[in-house]
Amino acid sequence: MESTIYKFIFRYSRKEQVFILLFTLLSLPFYYASLDIPKLIVNNVLADPESLAPGSADLRTLVILGVPLGEMERLGLLALYCGLFLALVLANGGFKYVINVYKGLLGERMLRRLRYQLYSRILRFPSPHFRRVSSGELIPMVTQEVEPLGGFIGDALALPMYQGGLLITALFFIFMQDPLMGLASVALYPMQGWIIPKLQRQVNLLGKARVQEVRKVSERISETVQGVEELHANGMARWEAAEFAARMGRIFDIRYQIYRKKFFIKFLNNFLAQITPFFFYAIGGWFVIDGSLTLGGLVAVLAAYKDLPPPWKELLNHYQIREDSRIKYDQVVTQFAPAGMRSDAVVFDDREVTPFEGSLVATGVKYSEDDDTLIDGLNLDIPLDHHVAVTGDAVSGRDRIASLMARLVDAGQGRLAYGAEDAGDLPEATLGRRIGYVGPSTSLFSASLLDNLLYGLRQAPQAPRSVPQAMEGVVAREARERQLTANSPDDIEDDWVDLGLAGVDNRSGLIDAVRHALAVADFEDDVYRMGLRRQLDPAERPREAERLLEARRILEERLASDTLSGLVEPFDRGTYNTNATVGENLLFGTPVGDTFDLDRLPENDHIMSLLAGAGLTEEFLAMGCEVARTMVELFADLPADHEFFLQFSFISPDDLPEYRTLLAKVERSGEQDLDEQERQRFLALPFRLAPARHRLGLIDDAMQVRLIEVRHAFAEGLPEDLRGAIAFFDRAEYNSALSLQDNILFGKIAWGMAGSQAKVGTLMADVIRDLDLRPLVIELGLETGVGIGGARLTPAQRQKTAIARAVLKHPAIMVLSEATAMLDGASQAAVMDNLREEFRARALIWVVHRPSDAARFDQVLVMKDGKLAESGTFAELMDRTDSVLASLVAHE
Amino acid sequence: MSLQEEVDLLRTIPLFSRIEPSRLKLLAFTAQRLTFAPGDLLCRQGDEGDAAYIIITGDADVLVESESGAVKVATLGPNDLLGENAILCDVPRTATVKAVTKVETLMISKELFFQLVNQFPSISIEIMRELARRVEKTTTMLRDAMANRET
Repeated sequence: MESTIYKFIFRYSRKEQVFILLFTLLSLPFYYASLDIPKLIVNNVLADPESLAPGSADLRTLVILGVPLGEMERLGLLALYCGLFLALVLANGGFKYVINVYKGLLGERMLRRLRYQLYSRILRFPSPHFRRVSSGELIPMVTQEVEPLGGFIGDALALPMYQGGLLITALFFIFMQDPLMGLASVALYPMQGWIIPKLQRQVNLLGKARVQEVRKVSERISETVQGVEELHANGMARWEAAEFAARMGRIFDIRYQIYRKKFFIKFLNNFLAQITPFFFYAIGGWFVIDGSLTLGGLVAVLAAYKDLPPPWKELLNHYQIREDSRIKYDQVVTQFAPAGMRSDAVVFDDREVTPFEGSLVATGVKYSEDDDTLIDGLNLDIPLDHHVAVTGDAVSGRDRIASLMARLVDAGQGRLAYGAEDAGDLPEATLGRRIGYVGPSTSLFSASLLDNLLYGLRQAPQAPRSVPQAMEGVVAREARERQLTANSPDDIEDDWVDLGLAGVDNRSGLIDAVRHALAVADFEDDVYRMGLRRQLDPAERPREAERLLEARRILEERLASDTLSGLVEPFDRGTYNTNATVGENLLFGTPVGDTFDLDRLPENDHIMSLLAGAGLTEEFLAMGCEVARTMVELFADLPADHEFFLQFSFISPDDLPEYRTLLAKVERSGEQDLDEQERQRFLALPFRLAPARHRLGLIDDAMQVRLIEVRHAFAEGLPEDLRGAIAFFDRAEYNSALSLQDNILFGKIAWGMAGSQAKVGTLMADVIRDLDLRPLVIELGLETGVGIGGARLTPAQRQKTAIARAVLKHPAIMVLSEATAMLDGASQAAVMDNLREEFRARALIWVVHRPSDAARFDQVLVMKDGKLAESGTFAELMDRTDSVLASLVAHE
Repeated sequence: MSLQEEVDLLRTIPLFSRIEPSRLKLLAFTAQRLTFAPGDLLCRQGDEGDAAYIIITGDADVLVESESGAVKVATLGPNDLLGENAILCDVPRTATVKAVTKVETLMISKELFFQLVNQFPSISIEIMRELARRVEKTTTMLRDAMANRET
């Protein structure tokens, strides 16, 4: 990267800078003319005629930019000048607009180029560097810190040239009037030019320190976020808070010093600017009295001097911004040039190489980090159809073997080769296709599970996206901008998935391949369960919805059998569902959005007016009072934090005293005395009753019939604008707001039937299997979002995702480094067997976290202190005298 | 069956009969109504017990595993309490109980029961009394049995 910001600007925006400058200069005559015209109007048009013969026309001279162009009648000239003035105002505005937009555009392009360069450098950082630099430091550098540079770049050349030009013009004018006066006006400039950079340098140093401190603060915050569990587990909030306060203190000190120095500079500048007129009056006045300068001359000089401070001020201001930008650029760029950076070619290029055949060979490989030799003198020959276990103690360097073989780190000395290909200069894309690597910690991206699984297949755009005709211009413009800023030429919206790498030729084949990879990673059941909880939009996938409705029908049939009847109470428009709450029964659908949120139905005017229409308000009030009475009776003696409140009560402990008071009022003078708000409190309670669960005997058969009438009235009278707020239950329709399993179930699992959950679960699994819906459910499960860093999956699921991801791209060599440590024992064994089967006749190199697991492999490498201590079959090595492996197994 | 009826049912069980009505109501409200289909097991011999059941309707067989297979030792019907040992002390289920007809029960989980006892010590006193009565009854029976053997 360019070492200074000026080199950066010069290299990438030379032409544009010149263009801005020329355009600025071009605008100047128009600007001066617009200043000139008011004067002309006053002097030429409005001024009283000096002498005019009676009866003769009052003709005035038309002058533009000092050139007389002829005589005109007074009113006509006024109109002409005013028209001209208006035109010039527009022209000036236009110039300003064009220049500003262009500067902004240039600044943004340069910023985009700079950020892209920085980011692509992060991609080239050597892996060990990430142990020294945190995301908390890198993020602000690429985002906020370079932001002001964009604004500066547009002004980098034009502003000093333009303002400098103005300054020189004004100075020239003063010197023309009187050289001595000229000298007086610039007398203090050298002093300003000498002292201000000195002060500025101090400010700059402080600015540098501030930037570094702020970076450390963001690093601290990101550490807090990542280590929040440790923090709370150790009760370290107080210490962390103090630590943070100390850092803020340092920033405060620096900023305070910056302010003092900055404003002192400002003070000095203002003082020096104000003191110059003192010389004018003193020296100029003396000259006038002396007679060597005319009064008119002095006045002209004073007028010209008025024009001096603004450009001077602009120049000084620009100088400060320039220094600021220079430091920022300097500081950022030095952070992005760590030693051992990989070359552009290795990281971004791609080339086809001969298939990896023969052996993976290491000759005298040595690897060090921070002068620590972790691997030394490694000589290996692993046939590329062998399955090899690597083991050793924690400091043996076993994990670095995996990183080396996947070439995530570069060998310092020695040679590593995959068959005929030397590892050293193979592009990463090539290696990515040939080698699968799964490490002990898995990082997922915040996207769907499927996107994460396909991650390794997206190495290069495979087919351009289909662009609607109306969008072609936009797409072409985007491509041009990428090219102008030397950003990646690739379009992220293209289809990047390399089907060939997964060994398939179409989309449905890909899903089969994904399912196979999931099966190898023992992950299929998890994804199936995720799929059951997903929603499906029947408008988008009518065929699938139809099949799920079929499942609903069959499940219903099977549930009707004698032994299973009553396990599920189906949704039926004409029947009250005793396992659902009153609110659910009234809606008879799934709320979409907040309008009909079940917890807030009592606040819903539409619902309440329906109840009133059915004459149910008073009944609800009476039921509410009854519920409240029971709750107060049952829970009155319990402490507020008792678990029963959470589990059973309709009324929170905080509200209980209020209800008690209200009940007392009802006992005293009846329900009619309650005001609107108090009635609301009681009316809200019955909505949460579910007869099968709560057994308060309040929702009797007659009430159920009336509630069903309200249900019908609700569905029929729902205003058009609220139709989207609820998805009604309809036996013949797929409900887009319910999960897949709730759609198949289409009812409530009966409360209080022994083992109902398990029985229904088994039954549903049978139906799904019989109708061959499992692939569909898995496909939907693959759409589950994994959350930030995969946080919505368990650690074991994250590892399985990583394994499936690697399996999917059919690598010639699969390297795993303690990749199943998070899995339970059964799952670990299954995954190991599955991978052994999957990679039959391909290379499998596995750093096992339990030495005894090595028994399953063709060959075992035992590492000790960075050296290969033993190599052979498990049985051979165990039989040796002083066997390192045997001692590792013994101490397992 | 409404809450009040459940309270009445609980009162017929000697273990709960002397507990204050308002506590009994809380117990009834927080207890779960659980229905077993014919053939379902209410509990299995040897399992860890986590709940006691009061049969509301239906019949269930009490089976004890022996070397020659399961032997039916008793039949339980409405108002019978079963599995209370599990919530009073940590012993495995001593028998298997299998629903013969559809059996409706009121299930009192161990956790629920302990929370109640913790909160209201008066309950535990009533239960202690009932247990003492049982011990007394057992002792009497044992004494009678010994006397019978001697004669």
